[in-house]
Amino acid sequence: MKNTIRQVFHSPKFVVGFVIFALMLLMVIIYPIISPGDPLQMISKGSFLKPGVYFSVYDSINTNSKTIDLPEANQKRLANKLSDTDKVSMVQWLTAAGVPAEDIDMEDTTSLIKLWNEKYDPTVKPEGMTMAQRNFYKRLDKSLDNILNEQPLVVSAQNQETQTLDEIKRISDTDYVNLKDVPNVKVLPLGTDNFGDDVLKKLVSATKTSLLIGLIAGSIATLIGLTLGLLAGYLGGFIDDFIMFITNLFTVIPSFVLLILISYSIGQDKRGASTVAIVIGITSWVWTTRSVRSQVISLRNRDHVNLSKLSGHSLTSIIIKDILPYIASYVVMAFILQISTAILAEASLSMIGLGPKTADVSTLGLMMDWAMSYSAHLNGAWWAYFPVILVIALISFSLNLMNTGLDQVFNPTLRD
Amino acid sequence: MSDTVKDKRPLCLSGKGVTKVFGFGEKKTVAVDHVDFEFHEGELISIVGESGSGKTTLSKMLLGLSSTTEGEIFFQGKPRDIKTRKKKKEYWKDIQAIFQDPFSSYNIFSKIDTVLLDCINMRGGRSLPMEKKVEMITEACSFVNLKFAELTNKYPFELSGGQMQRLMIARIFLLKPKILLADEPTSMIDACSRATILDMLLHLRDETGMTIIFITHDIGLAYYISDSVYIMEHGKFVERGTADEVILHSKAAYTKRLISDVPKIYEEWDLSTV
Repeated sequence: MKNTIRQVFHSPKFVVGFVIFALMLLMVIIYPIISPGDPLQMISKGSFLKPGVYFSVYDSINTNSKTIDLPEANQKRLANKLSDTDKVSMVQWLTAAGVPAEDIDMEDTTSLIKLWNEKYDPTVKPEGMTMAQRNFYKRLDKSLDNILNEQPLVVSAQNQETQTLDEIKRISDTDYVNLKDVPNVKVLPLGTDNFGDDVLKKLVSATKTSLLIGLIAGSIATLIGLTLGLLAGYLGGFIDDFIMFITNLFTVIPSFVLLILISYSIGQDKRGASTVAIVIGITSWVWTTRSVRSQVISLRNRDHVNLSKLSGHSLTSIIIKDILPYIASYVVMAFILQISTAILAEASLSMIGLGPKTADVSTLGLMMDWAMSYSAHLNGAWWAYFPVILVIALISFSLNLMNTGLDQVFNPTLRD
Repeated sequence: MSDTVKDKRPLCLSGKGVTKVFGFGEKKTVAVDHVDFEFHEGELISIVGESGSGKTTLSKMLLGLSSTTEGEIFFQGKPRDIKTRKKKKEYWKDIQAIFQDPFSSYNIFSKIDTVLLDCINMRGGRSLPMEKKVEMITEACSFVNLKFAELTNKYPFELSGGQMQRLMIARIFLLKPKILLADEPTSMIDACSRATILDMLLHLRDETGMTIIFITHDIGLAYYISDSVYIMEHGKFVERGTADEVILHSKAAYTKRLISDVPKIYEEWDLSTV
């Protein structure tokens, strides 16, 4: 036993898979501790906030500011407001309006804007310019209003008594606040999703739920498969025929179709994560039964089983002591694969809208489902679905890697 | 041993029209075909035949590990009744076996102690104190020239093939069954250990007076140890009788062929008959 475990941990494939899986487990356990809170709490209004650090504007105005004079501050501000395509458009209008090319300097944004303010006239109709294009330039001109204004901004509050606006602060372009002094800062490493939930927090809780679904479904499937396989293989005869009849029945019906039908008939309201796990479990035991049965058939006529019979051992004792240890490695491998398939099955079910009820839990499949429903992939909101895909892929990859590693340890002929 | 002496002994195990058929229709294989036999108490019977002649199938039926398709087996003159598990368990107190391959005869996950303790438990010694059990096991081990102190807490795969097979005999020594079915117990073992093991088996028979049914493909070995010999070909007994009758005055062509196939060290081996 000790030897086998040592051997298993010498298989590089198993170790890599195990490390990836253990890291995921650690993340699932540790992250909720360092960042507590309800993962399904909507924290943002408006969907798909970009990943990044968000700090309160209100708080930063009220925070004591310091003056820092940076030479390229204005340059950056301008660049942020005026994109390169806008600059190209401006140059195009100016050229069309008859400004000589040598007067236009695209590199110097300040002089370009000054030139624009000087020359632009919305009533001028350059040749070959459509109405839509002229409207675009009107909008562009409007957005450039005050862009070069370096006057301080005035923040004012409404006086409760006189209903007048009282100035409370002037903010100049050289005012800075230390982020540490701002009391409300929210880090959203993976932004928010369509509901306005913190994606990272939700992802961690979804990974936990999906792993639990995998574990429950895998255990159920392995238990059913193992019991039926052992009985059919060892007892043989009528019981074998009967069990194999049912197994074959389940083999020819695609289990995913069965899964859809059962999930649908349970109804949206009653479908919790554990219900889905049980449904997945009771539809995916078929192959375990078949393979356990074939292993047991080859074992039941071995001499050690005969000797055990001759020693007067009972049926259960023979199955548990003389058959089960010989197929244990195989069962462990089947169990690992079942977990991986169950997680994928849950994801597929949720993708077609038959997953657990959204209001209660989040699962990896549900996150994908909602990201797709709100066209995250078309909006460029990669953070809503890509990390989920990555986690599913990593879980599946690590479990399969562990399985292959175990296979190589237990089947020496496969060793390379 | 002559027929007259043998006939005085009571019948131990006998069979009438015992048949075993595997499969059905076109795939039907008759492994054992209507065989009759009478094994007497204290006798050493050899069943000789080549691979696939049905020896092992017959032995499984005798042991009650597989059912007979047709015919009946009699135990001590009465029809054998092993329909329930309880009766089977009773039957297995009287008949035990040593298998061909010592390496596959043991459950590799349980220690040697378990195998031997099971025997004591089966003989009704479950309530005995542990010291008494160890004493019995040590005695059984010393009968087969093994030291229990060296074997305790070891797993079967830590032993050599010869040691494993000797431990099997120790098991029989503890169980003291009326019949021992030895299914080619020496075929996987080197010539030196073979002689030792055969010697132990014969010694055990002399001590306990058990019937030994010795299944082998080695007709020379059969002649060397047995009282009576049954020659089996394609599931049928083609010849039966005392060892001298069958081997020195064989009538069936198959027996003659088996005898001529035995390699002799100082003679050239005639392969033309094979």
